[in-house]
Amino acid sequence: MESTKFSPITKLSKEEVDRKWWEIGDFFRRNSLWMLMYCTGCCAIELPPAMTSAYDMERLGMGPMATPRQADVLLVTGYLSLKTLRRLIYTYEQMSEPKYIVGFGSCTINGGIYHDSHVVINQLDQYIPVDSYVAGCMPNTEAVMNGFIDLMELIKNKKADGWKRYRDNYEWYKKNQIDSLGEVRTHDEFHD
Amino acid sequence: MSLVIGISTGLGIALCGFVWQTALGGISRKVIARLQKRYGPKWYQEFLDIFKLLSKRATTHGWIFDFGVIMALGGIIATAMFMPLTQAGASSIIAFVDVDNFFIFVYLIAVGMLGMAMSASGSGNPLASIGVMRALTTMLAYEVPFMVIVMAIIKIAGTSSLSGIAEYQQMAGNNWFMIALPLGFIVSFISLLGMLGKKPFETYIAPAELASGPMVEYGGKQLGMLFIMHEITVFIEVSLFVHLFLGGAENIFVFLLKYFLVYTLANLVSNVNGRFKIDQVVVFFYKWILPLAAIQAFVAIYLKWVI
Repeated sequence: MESTKFSPITKLSKEEVDRKWWEIGDFFRRNSLWMLMYCTGCCAIELPPAMTSAYDMERLGMGPMATPRQADVLLVTGYLSLKTLRRLIYTYEQMSEPKYIVGFGSCTINGGIYHDSHVVINQLDQYIPVDSYVAGCMPNTEAVMNGFIDLMELIKNKKADGWKRYRDNYEWYKKNQIDSLGEVRTHDEFHD
Repeated sequence: MSLVIGISTGLGIALCGFVWQTALGGISRKVIARLQKRYGPKWYQEFLDIFKLLSKRATTHGWIFDFGVIMALGGIIATAMFMPLTQAGASSIIAFVDVDNFFIFVYLIAVGMLGMAMSASGSGNPLASIGVMRALTTMLAYEVPFMVIVMAIIKIAGTSSLSGIAEYQQMAGNNWFMIALPLGFIVSFISLLGMLGKKPFETYIAPAELASGPMVEYGGKQLGMLFIMHEITVFIEVSLFVHLFLGGAENIFVFLLKYFLVYTLANLVSNVNGRFKIDQVVVFFYKWILPLAAIQAFVAIYLKWVI
C-alpha cells in the first residue's frame, strides 16, 4: 500500500524545466542590460543626462559597453541613412543572443521629419526587429528612462523576442534589406 | 588525505575570495556613484552581471579562443588556492602550510595572464592584440618598482613566505611595513593601481580608445568566465598587498576589513584621475616611481633606517 504521508514528487517535463531556467535567466538579463549606443541621430543627446547624475541609469543596472559582442541592448537613436543601416545590421548580427533593440524618436517609427528623404529609411522594423520604441521628436529624458523600464517589463513578460523573430523570419528581413540597400556587405577599409 | 583537505580548503578560499570581491565590487560601484552624486546600482549588481553573462549564448573564434579562457580561469583559481587568509598559529586559514611563498604567486599568476593574452590574440582582432601588448608593457612598468620593494621586505623579514612576512609584522616591536617603509608603501600602492587596471594606468582597457582592449571579442559565457577570473585576480593582488604591508590578520574579520579599506582607497584614488597614455605610464614608473623604490630599498637595507 502506498504511503499517504508524502505526496509523490511531480516530475516536471523538459519544457517546464527549460521554461523555469529561462525565467531565472530573464531575471538576470533584465536587471543587467548593457547597452551599445549607435548614436548617429539627434536623440543621442538625451543619453548623457540619462547616464549621469540627473537620472542615473546605473541604478537600473544599465551601463555603456564598448563592443557589440558584450552588449545586450542596441540603442538606435534616430534616423538611419542607407549607409548607416548597413553598419547597423553588421552590428546587430554580431551581438550575442538574447539581444534587444530600442528605437528612439519618431524617425525609427515612421521616418519623422525625414519621411520623404531618398537616403533615409522610414520604418526600422522592416529591416531589424525592434522590441521597444521611445516616441517623440526628440523624446525627453523621462521618456527615455520609461522606455528602458518598458523594455524590462517586456523581458519579464517574455514579449521582448525580437531576436527570435529575426531568426525565424530571416529571409523576410534579408529581402527587405537587399531591396533597400542593394547589397548588405560594406566595402571599406574596416570590412574587407 | 591531507592533500584532499588542502585542495578543498584552497578551492574554498578561491570561492570565498570570488564572493567577497564580487560583493565588494558592487559596493565600490555604489561608493563611486555617491562620489558623483548618483544613487548607484544595487550592491549585488556584479553578481547579476556575471550570471547574466553566463546565461547568454556566445560565439567562438576557434579553439585557442575558448581554451585560453579556461586556462586563464583555471590558472587564477590555482593561484588563489595558495593564498593564506589569517595567521593564528595552528588555527590559521591556509590551504597548504609552508608553500605560501611570494614567488609562487608571481609564477602562477602568469599562467592566468598568459591564458588571457593567448585567448585574446586568438580572436584575431587587432584591437585585442594592441590591448595585450599594452597590458604587457604596463606590467613591465609597474612590476620592477614593486619587486624592488618586495625584495627589501623579504630582506628585512628574512623570509619570503607570506605568512612569515605577516607574522614578522605582528611581532612586538615591529611596525607594519606600511609605516616601516613609508616610501615603499606609496610606491607599491601606485603599482597596485597598475595591477588592478585602475584609472591612471587603465591604458589596456581604454573603452573609448581600444574598445575595451583584450576583451573586445568576448561576449556571453567567455566574458562571464573572464569576469570571474578578474574578480579572483583582484582578490589575489589586494590580499598580497594586505599581507605585505598591512600586517596580515589574526582573524578573518580583520582581514576583510583591511581588504575593504585597501580596495576602496584604490577605487577612490582611481575615480578622480584621468587616464595616462601608454608611453606616459612607462615614463612615469621609470622616472619617478623606480627611483623612489631604489631609495627606499637602499635606506632600508644598507642604512637600516626602518621605523
